[in-house]
Parts: sequence; C-alpha cells; structure tokens
Amino acid sequence: MDLFQLQRRLVDYRASLYHEDFLDEQFSQLQDLQDENNPDFVVEVVTLFFEDSERLLNELAKALEQPIIDFKRVDAHVHQFKGSSSSIGAQRVQKACIAFRNYCEEQNVEGCLKCLQQLRHEYSLVKTKLESMFQLEQQILSAGGSIPM
Amino acid sequence: MGGGAGGCGDDSSDDMSVELGDEPHVLAVDDNLIDRKLVEKLLKNSSCKVTTAENALRVLNYLGLGNETLEGTVSKVNLIITDYCMPGMTGYELLKKIKESSLLKEVPVVIMSFENIPTRISQCLEEGAKMFMLKPSKQSDVVQLKWHLMK
Repeated sequence: MDLFQLQRRLVDYRASLYHEDFLDEQFSQLQDLQDENNPDFVVEVVTLFFEDSERLLNELAKALEQPIIDFKRVDAHVHQFKGSSSSIGAQRVQKACIAFRNYCEEQNVEGCLKCLQQLRHEYSLVKTKLESMFQLEQQILSAGGSIPM
Repeated sequence: MGGGAGGCGDDSSDDMSVELGDEPHVLAVDDNLIDRKLVEKLLKNSSCKVTTAENALRVLNYLGLGNETLEGTVSKVNLIITDYCMPGMTGYELLKKIKESSLLKEVPVVIMSFENIPTRISQCLEEGAKMFMLKPSKQSDVVQLKWHLMK
C-alpha cells in the first residue's frame, strides 16, 4: 500500500471512529494540542488512559466481589473512569460509566455487574481501535509521510 | 509527579535556562492523572509555567499554608486552578483556605468540574473564585483564563 493510500485509510478510519461515537470532539482537542514540542502528546495521554483504566477495572472487579459491597467506593472508581474517558473523548466508555453510576446509586448489584461487563467491553473496543489508529500513523511516518489532520 | 517529601510534581524541566519573568506560574490541582496532564499541556501551550499537584493537602504544603511548610520552596504562584471533586479536601475547601490566608488571598483561583451544577458554581464564585470551568478542559477555556489573569 503506498503512502497516499495509507493516509487515505487513516482519514477514513478516524472518521469512522467519530461516526460510531467511539471518539468525540474532545479527542480532536487532544490532537490539536500536539505540536513539535510534544509530538507524542496524544499517544502519551492515551497510554496513560489505558494504564489508568486497567487499574480501575481491576479495582471495580475487586470491589464488586466483596461479600458486602461498598457502593461508595465503586462509585468513586466509576467517577474517576468517567472523568478520564471524558477528558480524552472516549464517548462510549463515558456513557457506560454514566449508566454504571446510576446502578451504584440504587445499590443494585446485578446492575453494577452488568455495567462492569459493558464497561470492559466498550473499553477494549476503543483500546483496539485507538491502537489500530496509532499503528496506521506509525506506518505513515515510517514511510516518510506526514499525518493528515 | 508528586513524589518526595510532600512536594508537587514540577514538569517544566525543559525550561532550565532563562527564567522568563512574564511567564505566569500556575498551580494545577486534580486527583485524576489524565486531567492533570491535559490541563498542564493546555497551560504550557499558553506560555505558562506549570506545577501540578494531585491533592489539596500537597498544595497547602507547597504554598506554605500546611503543617509541613517546606522552607525555601515557596515560589510565586500567579494562578491556582483546581478540580472541585477531590478526595480529602475538595477544591471548594481549598479555595476557602486560600482566601482566608492573608498571604495568598490575592491569588486568583479557578475551579474546574465535570458537573454543571448552578448552586455549586455560585457557591464557588461567592467564595471568591475567579472563574468556573467546565471539564473536559479545552484550549478556549485556558485562553479565557489567561485573559482573566492579565487584567
């Protein structure tokens, strides 16, 4: 695949992520912040997000396994997750967190467990998509091209 | 990043040469790692020197208002931007502490929050916050913030 085709593919792929609500406006804000002083800004922030999310998902699983569930604690974790996903523009993950918080408020264990599954699912989807996007960007850079905005 | 004896993370390690006198020094407080990174970048893009902190207690120590005042480390701070929802001391409580201090009450404080709650907003503004910013943070918010600072 030549450079032009790669670039074209990236543009289309990115557009689909926005179209399918995986990403929203906030992600473009992040891209706009990237410059020569910080050429890897987006990858850095997204990597931080991946690490933080995985930690939070583990904490959530642990908290929901307890014989007596501390819903305040669960809610605090979801609140964090909602915050970070919103800040990087991971819209579907953010929506999953909102639903999750409602169940926390109701102290509904079943609901929470279902939401955790949903959250894991949405998170792994956006992670895969973002990783594919970064890979495409890398390919373009390696081929000597520049990333189309 | 917040390691060491109760200090704050100073990530402006590349600016070691000339101390530009007119670069405002902003203290950014947020318990969320991603938000800290985002706000730091937004501020740096607007030519601000940034120090980040992950909770209010560290900020108080850094500013010399806490129980563990670090001698000789209190630098001039031109603006404090803090998240509202933080474990331990909230951004609102931090705002109050700053406004109560004769040393620091002139420092403008900006509160950030994901939640758009009018009573919360007016409460903060009444307590002396310069501005209330809705998260997630955007470049346009920081531009507005800087304008407030320059007045």
